Amino acid sequence: MLAVDTPGSVRPSPSFLQDAGGRSGIGAWIFSTDHKRIGLMYAAAMFTFFIVGMCLGLTMRLELMFPGEQFISAAAYNRIFTLHGVIMVFLFIVPGIPAVLGNFMLPLQLGAEDVSFPRLNLASWWIYMIGAAMALASLVVAGGVPDTGWTFYAPYSVRTDSSVSLAVMAAFVLGFSSILTGLNFITTIHRMRAKGMTFFRMPLFCWGLYATAWIQVIATPVVGITLVLLMLERTLGIGFFDPGKGGDPILYQHLFWIYSHPVVYVMILPAMGIISEILPAFARRTIFGYKAIAMSSMAIAAVGYLVWGHHMFTAGMSDTARWVFSLLTFLVAIPTGIKVFNWLATLYKGSIELSVPMLYAFAFIFLFSIGGLTGMVNGALSTDIHVHDTAYVVGHFHYTMFGGAGIGFFAGLHYWFPKITGRMYNDRRAKIALGLIFVGFNLLYFSMLIMGILGMPRRYADYLPEFQPFHMASTIGALILVPGLLLMLWNLLHSARTGAPAGPNPWRATTLEWQTASPPPLLNFEVAPEVTTGPYDFTHDPLLQENPA
Amino acid sequence: MIQASSYAGVVDDAFIFILGTSIVLLIGVTLTMLFFAFRYSRARNPVAAQIEGNMVLETIWTVIPTGLVLMMFWYGWTGFRIMRDVPEGAMEIEAIGRMWSWAFRYPDGHTSDELVVPLHQPVRLTLTSEDVIHSFYVPAFRIKEDVMPVARPENRNHLWFQAEKTGEFNVLCAEYCGERHSKMLSKVRVLPQEEYDNWLAAAAVTQVDILKLKGCTACHSLDGSRIVGPSFRGIFGSTETVVSGGTEHQVVVDAEYVRKSLAEPLADVVKGYPPAMPPQQLTDDEIAAVIARLQELR
Ligand SMILES: [Cu+2]
Ligand SMILES: [Cu+2]
Repeated sequence: MLAVDTPGSVRPSPSFLQDAGGRSGIGAWIFSTDHKRIGLMYAAAMFTFFIVGMCLGLTMRLELMFPGEQFISAAAYNRIFTLHGVIMVFLFIVPGIPAVLGNFMLPLQLGAEDVSFPRLNLASWWIYMIGAAMALASLVVAGGVPDTGWTFYAPYSVRTDSSVSLAVMAAFVLGFSSILTGLNFITTIHRMRAKGMTFFRMPLFCWGLYATAWIQVIATPVVGITLVLLMLERTLGIGFFDPGKGGDPILYQHLFWIYSHPVVYVMILPAMGIISEILPAFARRTIFGYKAIAMSSMAIAAVGYLVWGHHMFTAGMSDTARWVFSLLTFLVAIPTGIKVFNWLATLYKGSIELSVPMLYAFAFIFLFSIGGLTGMVNGALSTDIHVHDTAYVVGHFHYTMFGGAGIGFFAGLHYWFPKITGRMYNDRRAKIALGLIFVGFNLLYFSMLIMGILGMPRRYADYLPEFQPFHMASTIGALILVPGLLLMLWNLLHSARTGAPAGPNPWRATTLEWQTASPPPLLNFEVAPEVTTGPYDFTHDPLLQENPA
Repeated sequence: MIQASSYAGVVDDAFIFILGTSIVLLIGVTLTMLFFAFRYSRARNPVAAQIEGNMVLETIWTVIPTGLVLMMFWYGWTGFRIMRDVPEGAMEIEAIGRMWSWAFRYPDGHTSDELVVPLHQPVRLTLTSEDVIHSFYVPAFRIKEDVMPVARPENRNHLWFQAEKTGEFNVLCAEYCGERHSKMLSKVRVLPQEEYDNWLAAAAVTQVDILKLKGCTACHSLDGSRIVGPSFRGIFGSTETVVSGGTEHQVVVDAEYVRKSLAEPLADVVKGYPPAMPPQQLTDDEIAAVIARLQELR
């Protein structure tokens, strides 16, 4: 889709890192409406929370290394897993890729100067920070950290005297950030595409963000309403979920999962988009089945609305409701499978370079496949009854959310790192980090799959001695995974200052963000780009022209 | 893993089909990926072929997975139907879940803290919650169903099983229910019919400790150690500092205080302990029994 003047033919503008649009000091960041700066501010906040969430996870794993109480009480353990969930879900993985890489890359990939509503974009960041501050404030206010799990199930969440109201309010506020970002992205995609860029010439990451944005806009209000109901229940005792007053706790579960199932696609669809960018770039060929991949994102987003009941297969829904939800759940697997097969076909007859982003993409395909396939057991009724609410489910969703969305996020961070910073990460350290992450991850979460099948319930501060070997293996996995994650983050941070200059297009990739300087200037492009082909057009591969085969 | 119920084998067949298919697919995907990475590496294949897609392939990998997932659905659904289809003449037992213990009420009205059932006998469990949501889970039986607080008794959840092996099997709470969720354990004891009849005859006349039966001992120890609430050892007749609506004062733990604490546990909470106890609905006889036991523990 290359159709822009070679950068440098006009006098180059300063990069967005030098050009703060007239502001200085901290204000150059926290009041900036530049989508690139906003993306980086999200990144700074989110990875801080990620490290906190990771430490909480590690604490749980250390406590569970042996049966009995080691160094934290059951009451503390319950608060830790709640905080781990709240931070990782609401502060990291839900906003994650759209807010950081979406913000940074969407306008660049579309050939636009910014998102449609730059000030609204800044407001979204501020709302996110306010929500995050409220979530963390629950650490210090009376009652202490909630002990309900991130799902806040009534009636327990109504009775507990921990500070559930504050955490729920935080999630409510964070929801608005999500809705506004989604709104911004939908409008940007509809209105700001470069000349000649039809919908089917958009990069697939944009398609992933597009499907995601619709879920954010349509599903998030449902959880907002649910959380308001819960707050009213706690403060006024109205009785929506209280059977003593004619309410029903299962109503809470329906409302909660109507949002919280679709939101897993908010987490995964952008990651799938990233993989669809990386594979063509390092296989030097067009993606296989562009339309199938783009449309499967939309199909997943649409069918994903109708499957929330699979979180309630043991909650006492009617048998009819259970089989209907089971059937619909299996239907979501089909577009997901289509994506994986098209990715594999993209490797066929490619010219593959196993660079770090590509290795991350491979890790994604492997881990996400385990995540998706282990989900089949949860979709089928008789098998789900056995593993429901066990460590199996914890293992399964970490394979999808962390092995999928998380690893996809890291893949994207490495892929776009030279674009964002203008420098190259240290390759060797990046590979070592990935190795540690991959080994540690599988040991950590595969052990959970096994112990879950053997009957180890989740959210257990203590356990029967027969599960000890698996808990031990799982903890050892965590002890390998955590250094890997820290090394990866440190490598990126360190290389952002010391890495070798990368140049505008180190990967010789074809999408528009690579046709401008690295880091890009404040308004992204010197000359407004024009598009004449699909996004992954390697027929005039610049690599081949330089080194003819 | 032990299959101790009539339908455990059916469930495990579904596991084997689904996990087996999944493993084949995973190995297929992984090997294909690695093979392509090797065969079409930059060194071996410097010039990529630009293949945009193939309708036949797209159709194949839409249709075959659709067939596979429909089969998985079918396996899950047929097994599930057996689990929901309570046989005629099943024995009725009520399982009561409360923070944080289990109790089981038998047709003859007596209650025990372990579930004892005869071999080869279908049992229908009605699930009653006295407070929050719990989940009755017996891994060896492959059964689980949430214990929901409900507005009307007829809305309670139920499950059924038929034990096919004698022995003791774990009962676990699988829905998070607060501090001692992971301690909310019990056992199913499966006895041959004859032994079961003997147990039942004996159980009807033996006195089970009321403190255990009502779940008090889940939070209050009998030996002076601290669990969640104050230990019962030596508490009766002692003078305690209690917190009432934010202010502290002294009370003597007497029959009156015990009666009030059962009805309104949060009215006077012993200082240093969390206000965690749910109100208890006990009959006058039961309250008298509790007081008598506390006196014994003095
Ligand atoms: Cu779901
Ligand atoms: Cu529980």
